Amino acid sequence: MAVCVAVIAKENYPLYIRSVPTENELKFHYMVHTSLDVVDEKISAMGKALVDQRELYLGLLYPTEDYKVYGYVTNSKVKFVMVVDSSNTALRDNEIRSMFRKLHNSYTDVMCNPFYNPGDRIQSRAFDSMVTSMMIQVC
Amino acid sequence: MEAAAGAGCGSGPPLLLSEGEQQCYSELFARCTGAASGGPGSGPPEASRAAPSAATAAAGPVADLFRASQLPAETLHQITELCGAKRVGYFGPTQFYIALKLIAAAQSGLPVRIESIKCELPLPRFMMSKTDSDIRFGNSAELHGTKTQIPYLISEKNTFKRMDDEDKQQETQSPTMSPLASPPSSPPHYQRVPLSHGYSKLRSSTEQMHPAPYEARQPEGPSSGNQGTKPPRHQASLIRSFSVEREPQDNSNYPDEPWRITEEQREYYVNQFRSLQPDPSSFISGSVAKNFFTKSKLSIPELSYIWELSDADCDGALTLPEFCAAFHLIVARKNGYPLPEGLPPTLQPEYLQAAFPKPKWECALFDSYSESMPANQQPHDLNRMEKLSIKDVADFPVSTEDMTGDDKQATKSGLLPPPPALPPRPCPSQSEQASEAELHPQLNRASSQAAESSPTKKDTPYSQPPSKPIRRKLRSENQATENQEPSTTVGGPASVATVKPHPIVQKQSSKQKKAIQTAIRKNKEANAVLARLNSELQQQLKEVHQERIALENQLEQLRPVTVL
Repeated sequence: MAVCVAVIAKENYPLYIRSVPTENELKFHYMVHTSLDVVDEKISAMGKALVDQRELYLGLLYPTEDYKVYGYVTNSKVKFVMVVDSSNTALRDNEIRSMFRKLHNSYTDVMCNPFYNPGDRIQSRAFDSMVTSMMIQVC
Repeated sequence: MEAAAGAGCGSGPPLLLSEGEQQCYSELFARCTGAASGGPGSGPPEASRAAPSAATAAAGPVADLFRASQLPAETLHQITELCGAKRVGYFGPTQFYIALKLIAAAQSGLPVRIESIKCELPLPRFMMSKTDSDIRFGNSAELHGTKTQIPYLISEKNTFKRMDDEDKQQETQSPTMSPLASPPSSPPHYQRVPLSHGYSKLRSSTEQMHPAPYEARQPEGPSSGNQGTKPPRHQASLIRSFSVEREPQDNSNYPDEPWRITEEQREYYVNQFRSLQPDPSSFISGSVAKNFFTKSKLSIPELSYIWELSDADCDGALTLPEFCAAFHLIVARKNGYPLPEGLPPTLQPEYLQAAFPKPKWECALFDSYSESMPANQQPHDLNRMEKLSIKDVADFPVSTEDMTGDDKQATKSGLLPPPPALPPRPCPSQSEQASEAELHPQLNRASSQAAESSPTKKDTPYSQPPSKPIRRKLRSENQATENQEPSTTVGGPASVATVKPHPIVQKQSSKQKKAIQTAIRKNKEANAVLARLNSELQQQLKEVHQERIALENQLEQLRPVTVL
């Protein structure tokens, strides 16, 4: 269960960012922003010769004491960043991967909409509902 | 009788109206006389009853109002005579009120007599459209709400008319769509009615000017200027359309009413689909649909959401049921309905396909096409009529829906061997045949054509079938005429027969010269027809090329930068 989900465009501006509405949401935004550097670093490290074989799932980008940040990049350099609560130890890597896969699928559905211009903020309700399903239910 | 009516008209007192009745009647009268008399009845009821005011109700709205009372025509005639309108030649207030009272009497089952109106009667009931539902006098309890409702509704009508101005045509009245604005006291089921009115308006107007909703954007000036006089004509047209629409509605389930597509709507949507995409079983690409729906002047986020709802398989293209659902949602939205959270069950593609099975579509399409095709679709007409003949023979559209995938038919695989044996002429076209062949396996005239491959362009499948006979004809001069026979029954054998064309040809060409010549003549005619089709489809091909280029550009932008 994610605490914060963000979709970052190729030019490193957010297309969609949503966090669990608790406390200081700006902190999540900041974490996502700093994670972009890590993402770029991973991309450059991995993809020099084998662009096609570069894996989309980047894995754990960096852990903090409270949270872990996972990354995923698509072939079009759109990045998905997910912040997960560290206390949630039950979350395994496969689950994170599946969550990213769902994100990617929803993202492609959004792209298929001819009324969506690439580079716009994502306002699709289907995407929203999918992200909601992934996020922690905070009462 | 007339004397009594005259007496009744001349002096007010014999006609006793309760206060509620007076309010209603004056409102109705005001409507019928147009905006001249303003909104709800003004002045004390006695004053309005006493002497005929300068305003007279126009015969048209009055007639419609009377028809809305759902009384038989003879009764209405009697009422008209009795109230004295015929005698004096116009519907003054007194005549009008007497008529309304008589209507109430008739609806209560009393004979149409002057004496009937002397007693206490319930208010007349008029089965009217949404705007008039507020003055539906089922009981006096509603009355107190009507006065406040009517001005509210009129103002709402104004705002919604601006929204709906694309539905307005010179000869048609604007639809009244304000189910959202309807005061809560209105009966709920009336909410469904206006939508059909809107549709009927849409259809009637668009049948007169076909792509009107999306092309002719009536300036808002005239429409707002007309609004003053619109309400009464409004009601008249609505009442008319209401009576037309009531029949189909009664048959359907009410709960889904706004989201249920009626037959007329269906035909309209399908015709629109065909204007964008000749093949009803293929689909419209995203960009084409986007251009089309953008003309509806809805906001982009709303259109985006509508697309999201209707494109069930999220493939960026709309099949016919998806297109109908999207169109329906757009029309609903334009008429003021809020967009649903999810696709209503009556708009699901499976439901739409089940409710309107394809073969029936084709027949209905052809029938409606030949009957009601408006003038400015003439360019399509020619091609369509030509295509119709081919379609009738081929009957392939029914199956193409299933073929849009990568279905590989056994016949086609059986056709793989023939191409090498054929003369080189068909070879350049084999790549085209590849995509087309899979689209009409039953087109056995084309059975000798090359086999398929994955469809290159799904939105130009129709380009292929017409050209097939041409190529076949070219080869047929070498081959026997039996290969030309549109033997739709001969599926497998035809494919087998074409495997050995040459040996058969040499034997039979001498025997069947005459048959060949007649076939040649026929094929020449078909050739001319198909040449025309070909040119049209070449244009389509160009458009598709352009689309492809645009898409490739888009892809380039999204493609990852290889240099890191």
